[in-house]
Amino acid sequence: MADAIVLRPDRGSVSDDLKKSSGWWGMLFLVATEAAVFAYLLFSYYYMAIENHSVWPSSAPSMKLALPNTIILLVSSVTVWWADRQYIAGRMTEAMDGLAASVGLGVVFFGMQLIEWHNKTFTLASDPYGSLYFTITGFHMAHVVVGLVIMATLILWLALGHLSDRRNSAVSIAAIYWHFVDAVWLTVFFTFYITPYLS
Amino acid sequence: MAQISAIPIVDATPELARKLDGIWTSGSGVLGWLSSVDHKSIGIRYIVTAFIFLLMGGVEALVMRVQLARPDQHFLTPEQYNEFFTMHGVSMIFWYASPILSGISNYIWPLLLGSRDMAFPRLNALSYWIYLFSGIFLYASFAAGVAPDAGWFNYVPYASMDYNPGINIDVYSLALILLGISTTVGAVNFIVTLLRTRAPGMSINRLPIMVWGTLTASVGNVLAVPAVSLAFFLLWLDRRFGTHFYDVPTGGQPLLWQHLFWMFGHPWVYAIVLPAMGIVSDALPVFCRRPLFGYTVVALSTVLTMVIGFGVWVHHMFATGLPNIGMSFFSAASFVIVIPSAVAVFAWTATIALGRPRMTTAFLFFASFIVMFVIGGVSGFMTAAVPVDWQLTDTYFIVAHIHYVLIGINVFPVIGGIYYWFPKMTGRMLSERLGKWCFWLTFIGFNVAFLPMHLTGLRGMPRRIYTYGPDFGWNTLNMISSIGAFVLAIGILLFLVDVAISLRRGARAVDNPWDAPTLEWAVPSPPPDYNFVVIPKVASRHPLWEDRLGETGERSLLNRGCSLDDGRETLATTSIDAEPDAILKMPEDSFAPLILAISLSGLFVAMLAQSVGGGVLALCVGFIAMLTWLWPERVTFRPVEESHG
Repeated sequence: MADAIVLRPDRGSVSDDLKKSSGWWGMLFLVATEAAVFAYLLFSYYYMAIENHSVWPSSAPSMKLALPNTIILLVSSVTVWWADRQYIAGRMTEAMDGLAASVGLGVVFFGMQLIEWHNKTFTLASDPYGSLYFTITGFHMAHVVVGLVIMATLILWLALGHLSDRRNSAVSIAAIYWHFVDAVWLTVFFTFYITPYLS
Repeated sequence: MAQISAIPIVDATPELARKLDGIWTSGSGVLGWLSSVDHKSIGIRYIVTAFIFLLMGGVEALVMRVQLARPDQHFLTPEQYNEFFTMHGVSMIFWYASPILSGISNYIWPLLLGSRDMAFPRLNALSYWIYLFSGIFLYASFAAGVAPDAGWFNYVPYASMDYNPGINIDVYSLALILLGISTTVGAVNFIVTLLRTRAPGMSINRLPIMVWGTLTASVGNVLAVPAVSLAFFLLWLDRRFGTHFYDVPTGGQPLLWQHLFWMFGHPWVYAIVLPAMGIVSDALPVFCRRPLFGYTVVALSTVLTMVIGFGVWVHHMFATGLPNIGMSFFSAASFVIVIPSAVAVFAWTATIALGRPRMTTAFLFFASFIVMFVIGGVSGFMTAAVPVDWQLTDTYFIVAHIHYVLIGINVFPVIGGIYYWFPKMTGRMLSERLGKWCFWLTFIGFNVAFLPMHLTGLRGMPRRIYTYGPDFGWNTLNMISSIGAFVLAIGILLFLVDVAISLRRGARAVDNPWDAPTLEWAVPSPPPDYNFVVIPKVASRHPLWEDRLGETGERSLLNRGCSLDDGRETLATTSIDAEPDAILKMPEDSFAPLILAISLSGLFVAMLAQSVGGGVLALCVGFIAMLTWLWPERVTFRPVEESHG
């Protein structure tokens, strides 16, 4: 007798089901191509640093704002992870709280980064280092803004009760994006703030 | 314990077909057309649009061949000539070569894979609309007399603001970034479609080679396209915002452009030939009346070619004064990449030698492709050697090489593929009589035009010069090439005539006119909107040849399977073994992809015009379109599993 296909019973483990959603797969490959964008950006940085035969950068940047800001961004990844867990467990209010905390931390990161930009003595157009610094951190900021818009939209949908079905994996998929935004910041941070001290 | 309910396995009946028709058919009229997300309709739009770019690029080439036919011609001014060779290259390489393959794959994939649509039908529509608008964006500049004019690889510093102050280069930069978005979303769609929406039983060792080709190209695109988009974005910043990525006086690096461009460029070459090679690997055996010789090594060499293809980009830069050790490495890698290509050549040759070839038009295009693949491969192999490259780079030898690669390995398989699949797409056969004329004119014209170009290059004629003196020894060769180009053009014209006549008066096609082995030939010609009345279950690589091949006792089930008729649905299977995994709820038709594509294109127009207000407006409209698109109103999937009873 030919094998039959049956609807799988709900085993209570929604996270297993995540991989059945096309959106989850789509997000993974979006992240892959975005990661490639940053890889080429950082390649450009290192290429120009190597080809530039004088001191690069002329003075190593201060970590006074950047280090705490990095920690803030990492904490926001934890809160997104927590929000996702709450959502999967069906606790929608907690999920909204977790997302709201992440948005709050993201906004703080954004604001502190603006101050950091403002404090710089160079501009986008002053020299290759300035062009690289503002372009790469600018690319990252754009990704932060997109992440914030996504999370704000999810809070809205949760509040409206549109994400009541636990099989709707929107929150988990968005979480992948936000983790990516945080992880890629670590590579940017390492490149601009740590490598100058290593040479 | 939750209850287990079986998904009914039913026969493919006319009643079920009628029900599915009601569920899947797009609305009629212009609005239905604009909102359709059917992969077949999108695939045909892609093919038609790509052919229009092929024709425009072809006309540009003919104008150039008139200019070059004799020495000291002034048919075009040097400035016009620059625009013509740039637009020719850009149209052919970016707006024809890849989109035509996306179009064919878009149409054929779900049919080959036994699915009702691609994994992301709306993304598919978005990908097409962005492609179309990016092409209009590009060609609007030609109409306005400000077309790109720095060659398709657009080297700085010539493409920088100091030497090229108009908006020509900005148009090219922004149009290509826009096209890159289309390519990327399309590539992600192909990858997820492959991983998710195959018929049960179609494990990865049963995939048609064309699927391997497009999958490999798509993974390559996902990783490589960002390099060129970034290169052009940085160039745009340099030109419009005074950054210093490429300009020498302030410490910028012109070679950074070449690195970023060719890190993309070389994988791209494979992205626009591997799916076409896949077409040959699948369709050539049909006309040889036997399975492809060496399926496994051909599949593996397809993937391997792309992997090595990421490590050969510097062979485009041998003349830029790089260190010897680096050049040696990239030279070696460029030699090595010949091996997987040669594997495929031997597999095709063996398939012909061991089969009983039928000399159809499609067969002729595929078989001649092998010859040109070898010629283009050998000229590429020659220039992998650094000293030979120094002699030949920027001469017509390279022009000959790239045309053997792109026309030989892309255009010939594509036209052959259209002769092969046209009956499936339209329900009508193309004319074999006209087809043979088309083939011989195309084949002879192409070789008359491009074979002598190797010699023109060896005699030292540089590419991209708008004219030459009468005493340089290039007169006869150029005249021959120009004559060949026009013969080639007549061949292509004849193909279009054949299509136009056959669409109306061609013989009616049966379901499987070529007696081919794969799933697309199990459905009517043209296929219904829902593709398959029931989701088939696949037991081998050649579902329609199983009785004759007798490889296993198992048989594919084509007329009995899941009906999945509760709204638009298709089956998701596991990535490697293709076991049933979930029922995917497929989206309805929608205007959101069109509106998002319009707003995105509007954003790029605003960037070109440096209009902040326009940009903000475009972003807002785009955000609203995305909100509507993604608005959560339905369950997206229901998990299933196989019960072994």
